[in-house]
Parts: sequence; structure tokens; C-alpha cells
Amino acid sequence: MIEAILDMAPRWALLHAPALLIMVPLFLAPLLAILPSGRLSWLISIFATVFALFCAMILVGQVQASPVGVVGYDVGNWPVPIGITLRVDALNSMILLLVAAIGVLATIFSWPTVKAEIPERKHPLFYSAFLVCFAGLSGVAITGDAFNLFVFLEISSISTYVLVALGAGRDRRALPAAFNYLIMGTLGASFYIIGVGFLYSATGTLNIAQIAEMLPELAGNRSVEAGFAFIIVGLGLKAAVWPLHQWLPNAYAYSPSFVTMFLSATATKVALYALIRYLFTVFRPEFAFEQATFTYLLMPLGLAAMITCSFQAVFQTDVRRTLAYSSVAQVGYMILGVSVGTVAGVSAGLFHLLNHAMIKGALFMAVAGVVLTFQGTTIRDFAGLGRTAPWTMTGFAIAGLSLIGVPLTAGFQSKLQLGYALFDQGMWWAVVFVVFSSFLAVIYMGRILEAIFFRPPINPRKSRKEAPILLLVPLWILALANIYFGITTELPLGLARDAAAAAFGLEAF
Amino acid sequence: MLLFILERANYWAIIGLMMIGLYITFASGNLIKRLVGLSLFQTSICLFYVTLGIVAGGTAPILMDPDKPGGHGGDRVADLANAYSNPLPHVLMLTAIVVGVATLSVGLALIVRIREAYGTIEADEVREIDMETAIAQEAEQAKAEKEALA
Repeated sequence: MIEAILDMAPRWALLHAPALLIMVPLFLAPLLAILPSGRLSWLISIFATVFALFCAMILVGQVQASPVGVVGYDVGNWPVPIGITLRVDALNSMILLLVAAIGVLATIFSWPTVKAEIPERKHPLFYSAFLVCFAGLSGVAITGDAFNLFVFLEISSISTYVLVALGAGRDRRALPAAFNYLIMGTLGASFYIIGVGFLYSATGTLNIAQIAEMLPELAGNRSVEAGFAFIIVGLGLKAAVWPLHQWLPNAYAYSPSFVTMFLSATATKVALYALIRYLFTVFRPEFAFEQATFTYLLMPLGLAAMITCSFQAVFQTDVRRTLAYSSVAQVGYMILGVSVGTVAGVSAGLFHLLNHAMIKGALFMAVAGVVLTFQGTTIRDFAGLGRTAPWTMTGFAIAGLSLIGVPLTAGFQSKLQLGYALFDQGMWWAVVFVVFSSFLAVIYMGRILEAIFFRPPINPRKSRKEAPILLLVPLWILALANIYFGITTELPLGLARDAAAAAFGLEAF
Repeated sequence: MLLFILERANYWAIIGLMMIGLYITFASGNLIKRLVGLSLFQTSICLFYVTLGIVAGGTAPILMDPDKPGGHGGDRVADLANAYSNPLPHVLMLTAIVVGVATLSVGLALIVRIREAYGTIEADEVREIDMETAIAQEAEQAKAEKEALA
């Protein structure tokens, strides 16, 4: 399929795919803001995300075809030390593909929920903010410049605060949630930029590849180590690594359904990508302070996230909060995989990143369907929905089983890979934590599934009412993808393995 | 030792400003004060970058040569060779200032909306009101459930 796209793509698209991928959504966003009609802006958003997906596929193909595994693009034709470069290798082409694919599905599904939850005159502005956020996330994934990464991180974050705050039409608690997210998110980005400042003072360059080349000579340099610490904390805040996740549950619980779905599948994933890029490409696992970070910082934090946040998820009464806490726990799995520090570990973490995006995307889409038809998100509101909305709820159940890690689903495969990577390093005790956390997932998903399928409907007004077809189709695409990739793992696992190899290879970036 | 500390006075000032900004952001209950603390923190980062770019005795990086296209002045060319400050961190901070302004304006807009919805801009009071609404909702739901069962 990717070869076919490479064959049919026009020359300008092949030449300028990295720039067009960001520029088309970014330049369409202000256009949307002045459009009068919400429906038109929705259609243009679909066009922008589909075009980004097209560019991302071209990039995946070009990276696979390239002998060095890198596609570089000098913006404005300025060469490396002066200009900003966009550099795509197997690691970020995978993230770009994920963001663009989720973006397309999310935009298609968004129209009914946006129509119901956002005041009509704000529709064009809403889609405008969404496109800015989408462009920012793609920009973080594609850029090869440390400072440019900060700018794109803030572009995506600032528009995200706006999107989260727009949930105030349904529940005013969205406003304090958005404000807290703003404070925490800005602090995270500021910490990141302090770290970049330290690296710049030590190396004299902002190009990520050049910094990576110069760092081995600077072993033992204090400002490099300080920069490392600041960057890890800053990106950890953005990626919701436990215990820096406090902004996430409220932001996910009160924002508009579409925003929750899109953010849960992409925003933390992109920050996690940046973290992996710094941990393995810029700083190398051979550095002594990085080994210490893996053993004494990231691994305990990953384990703590898996256990404590799964526990917190068990005691929530709101489905969206349950899923939000579960998201933090799943970030713990990815951090655990990364902290193993081997290629197998990183590829397991990235593989789980892909699968978790599919799982949470599907779950939040189904919840959006319930918000649309029954206006409720507590577990009580879900009671008996298995009978009134069987299609929506079956999609929810498939993704829920995948979240638990039932065999024949994608979630099972990623836990299997994580287990292999841990056993390879003799860390069987960490596998015990993984199994225990999965057991907690059985409890918190089991509570919801039990209410859906086995309890009678509490509210007698609920009639047979399925979510609209625009919502069901993307939901079922993701749900079936969960089963399909649970049976044949060739495609995502191949992407994740190439990506992990690229993260380690110096010559690849 | 004292000389070592005094020579780096600008860094100490920046660290002090950063700590004050962070402290206000976390300790203050007033939402506007929290934003001010955040701005202070971001400004101290700007100062940090500017300090990095300074070269002792250096001037502004202006090309001083009237013969070259775009060159200025020409009277002090000789003593200015290689003695200009690194302009790149300053340029980066222009971008960071823009980002900071955008964050500040979004934050202030959010505070206006919070004030409209809650009638207060104190974080504690907002949290209390949220608590009360949550408890009231819970009670209402339990009542509705009871009625449905009866």
C-alpha cells in the first residue's frame, strides 16, 4: 500500500512531504477561524488530516527506501548549522503515522459530538484550534531542532488548553482543569527549555543530531548533566509520567468528548516520543548518569504508576476518570519498557504506545457516543446500555478487553513483548508487577463492563438509541484493529522494532 | 570562594528569580498571582539565555564595514573584531517571549471565564464549590436511583 502511494504521489509531494505535513494544517487553521459555517470547517479539517496522513505515509515509505534510514529537509534551503532541519527516521515516521491516522479518525467522528457539545458559533474556531494542535503535535514529532521542538510543543499545548476549556459548556469544572493544565504544561515546557539552554551552553548548537554527536566528548560536564535532568522533568510532565500526572485526570474528564479522545491517543504519546528521542539518541544509554536514571528513577516511577493509578482507577465512579487514571498507568508500562534500556525494551514500549493509542481511542469514542445519547458518564449511566446500544458497547467491550490484555487482542501482544524484554534482562519481578497491574485492570474495566451488560437500565427514560453512524464507523475501525493486530502483529511490531533501532542508531539521526 | 560567587552574580540573580516565580506559582491561592509567578519564571529563563550569549566586552553584532553591502559605520572597525555577543540566544528569547505572551493571555482569558462561572478567582474557593456540586450531584443520582427502583 505504501509503495502504491509512493508511485502515485506527485513530485512536489515527494520532495516537500515533511514541510507540507505541518504547513497545510497550520495554514488552514487561521482560514477556518474566519469561515462562517461549522460544517465547512469540519470538511476542511478532514481534508487537512487526510493530507497529513498522505504525507506521513510518503515519509514512512521514503524512510524505508532510504539507505541510511533518514529523510532530511532543510527549511528554506538553509544548511544545517544555520537553518532549522526537519529529520525523519523510523522512530518519528511511526509517531507521525500514528498522529495522522488518529487525527483522521478523530476528525471524522468529531462532527456529531462537536455539534452537541459546542455552541454553534464557536464551531469554526473549535476546528481552527484543533488544526493548530494537530500541526503542533506533528511538528514536535518531525523537527530536528531542539528549540523548534519547544516552540511546537507550546503551539500544541496552548491550543490544547483552549480545547479543554471549551468543555465548560457541559461542565464548568473544565475551566479550573484547563487552568491547572496551563500552569503545569507551561512549567513542563519551561523546564525543557532551561535544559536546552544548558545543552546549548555546552555544545554551541541547537541541532539535535549535532548535539548528539558532540555529547560523548563532554562526558562528566556538569551543565550537560543539569540539562539532562531539566529535560527529563520537563518532558516527563508533558508525558504525564507518575507523579507528574496531576493535570491529566481532570483535563480528560471535563474536556469535550472529541478532545479527550484525540488527546488521550496522541498528546502524551508525542511527549513520550520526545523523551525517548532525548534518552536514546541525544544522550546515550552508556552514560553513567543515564543508567542511574533508568534504574533508580524511571523504573520505580513506571512501576509506581502502574500500581497506584490502577488502584485509583478502581475507585472512580466516572467512566472518563477511570479511563484517565488508566492512561497514566499505561504510560507507566511504556516508561517501564523504556527503562529496561535495551532495544527490545524500547521496542516493547513503543509497541505498547501504538496499541494503547488504538485502545484508548476506541474507548473514549464509545464514551463520547454515550455522552451524546444519554448525557452521562458515571458508571450508573452506563447500566444496561449493552441492550439499548449494542454496537457502541460491543466496540467499547473489545477495546476494554484489549486494555486488560486478553489473548487475541493488541493489548495482550504488547504485554507479551514487554514481558520478553523484562525476562531478557532477568527482571522477572517486574513481570509480577505487570501481571498484578493487569489484574487491577480486570477489576476496573470489569466494573464498567458488568454495569453495561448485566445490570438492568437504571433510568427508564433510556430507549433504544445507538450512537450515530459517523461515530460508529471510526469506533469499529479501531476496535477491529485491536483484534486484527492482536492476531497478526507483523505491521505494528515491525514499525516499533525499526523505530527502536533508529532511536539507538547515531548515524540514523 | 567569594570571588567565585560574586563573579557569577547574574546567575545567582536568575536562580533567585526562578525560585521566587516557582514559589508564587505553587503557594499562591489567587489564580492571577499564580499566572504572575509563571510569567516571572519564564522571564528569568529569558535572562538566563541572554546571560549565556554575553561575551565580556562585546557589543551588538552589527556588521561594521561601510565597503560591504549592508555594512554600517566604519569608524571603529578595528577594535571590534571578534568582540560581539552571541545574538542567537537573544533571537530565541524573542520567540520565547511571544510564547509567554500567548500563554499569559490564554491564562487570563481562562480566569475571566472562571470568575464568570464561579464568582471567585481563589483556587481554594473554586475547589470547595466543585466539591459541593459533586456531593449534590451524587445525592441527586442516588435519589433518582431509589425512585427508579421503587
